[in-house]
Amino acid sequence: MNKRRVVITGLGVVSPNGMTVSEFKSAMYNGVSGIRFIEQLKELKFSCQIAGLPNYNKDYLNNYFTSIQQRGLNASGMEYGVIAGLDAWKDAGLSTNDSEIPLWDVGVIFGTGILGVDKFRDAIYKVDDGNVRRLGSTTVIQTMASGISAFLGGMLGCGNVVTTNSSACSTGTEAILMAYDRIASGNAEIILAGSTSDSGPYVWGGFDAMRILPYKYNDNPTEASRPMSATASGFVPGSGAGALVVESLESAQKRGAKIYAEILGGHVNSGGQRNGGSMTAPNSEAVQYCIKKAVQNSNIEAKDIDLINGHLTATTKDSSEILNWCEALGVSTIDFPYINSLKSMIGHCLAASGSIESVATVLQLNEGFVFGNINCEDLHPDIKPLIDRDKVPTQTIDFNVKIAAKASFGFGDVNACIIFKEYS
Amino acid sequence: MNKEELLSKLKTIITPYVQNQEGLENLTEDTDFIQDLEINSANLVDVILDVEDEFDIEIDNEAMEKMLTVKASLVIIEEKLNEK
Repeated sequence: MNKRRVVITGLGVVSPNGMTVSEFKSAMYNGVSGIRFIEQLKELKFSCQIAGLPNYNKDYLNNYFTSIQQRGLNASGMEYGVIAGLDAWKDAGLSTNDSEIPLWDVGVIFGTGILGVDKFRDAIYKVDDGNVRRLGSTTVIQTMASGISAFLGGMLGCGNVVTTNSSACSTGTEAILMAYDRIASGNAEIILAGSTSDSGPYVWGGFDAMRILPYKYNDNPTEASRPMSATASGFVPGSGAGALVVESLESAQKRGAKIYAEILGGHVNSGGQRNGGSMTAPNSEAVQYCIKKAVQNSNIEAKDIDLINGHLTATTKDSSEILNWCEALGVSTIDFPYINSLKSMIGHCLAASGSIESVATVLQLNEGFVFGNINCEDLHPDIKPLIDRDKVPTQTIDFNVKIAAKASFGFGDVNACIIFKEYS
Repeated sequence: MNKEELLSKLKTIITPYVQNQEGLENLTEDTDFIQDLEINSANLVDVILDVEDEFDIEIDNEAMEKMLTVKASLVIIEEKLNEK
């Protein structure tokens, strides 16, 4: 069967450097960091006391949740996901389903790593106190991983797939590809795809304990996240959500929707935790294979890619990621496309990273710019011989991006790579 | 506490959970929480917890199962208040 064409018709984002798509776009264009000092992390004796945390006050939730939905709401990932999801929906010009009939061709695929950690903490205290009867009705719906897709699916009245995927830091990119596959194969017309990640010490603590977060930047947080830099010293934890309305071209054209970009294809795979891959490190062969397959599935040539939005977390693995891109695409030095990492501004938003960064990638395609990498004046010496210095811009460049690749890699040795194209 | 005070406090407690505002406006002792007010059955447990907090009483499972109408709820609340 011929694959149907699939496009993106709506965007929503809750990012440490922007609560709306326009705020986010302008922050990204201007290199505005969303990373800040978090007093609570200091009090709790974290080594890394900085993070990327979306900034809004509780009143803002009134635009998205009913008062009853807000009662006992203590799940940051739920807040971020619902805000981003509903914003994307509205941006796509879609309305919520007020009828009693579910929208059979419309679904939600919204991933997360873990949901409602703070709510779960409350529950644990009550249960251990012998007070389980006082948990209330909202503990389950806020702490089940699929709580986010369930909330969105119910708010919108979706009758197609409503699910939550989870594959660590590749979750967001994987969600978009799952939506793409389902629409391309004719099993759905519109899917709200994205991912969200809770914030706070209980999510970030495990990473702090692994000593993989930078601990020397508590006094100058905006300089801490340094992807591809010689002085990169670990990833800054972040949080938020990204959402994309993924739609068949047919459906988008029928309703005269604005089209941001086309999804040409992609691939997800795993390195099997073999051949250098482990629970926490990628098997380079698998990364390269994933990128190659994504290019192949998209029916393009590797040289057609003019922008890469990398995974690039600001650890020692950045150099091997660049090498993997070079090997997989068969390009290097001056032939290498532009490459950037949004993590330089917002940190690593974990399960939400793939979707937030995909929103960033689509915006660059749509608006014709390549955002500058902040904190990368000192390109890592292992990267210098691989790609031309100019391909890692430190200032935003106005450039008509035609085809962009976005990849995400996650714990468990899992990979996802997606190819976006300017719509024409 | 007289019955009117009790009723008014109960009304305040259930208000955020009510999905049928007309039912709330016409609230009587015979009003059924689910049928007339369209309170989501999952939220009944939250109503009970709010009642416990408001009146500083504890409502056991057996009593809770009966609290489906305004009348039954008032009876149980009065009972528990008298036990204090």
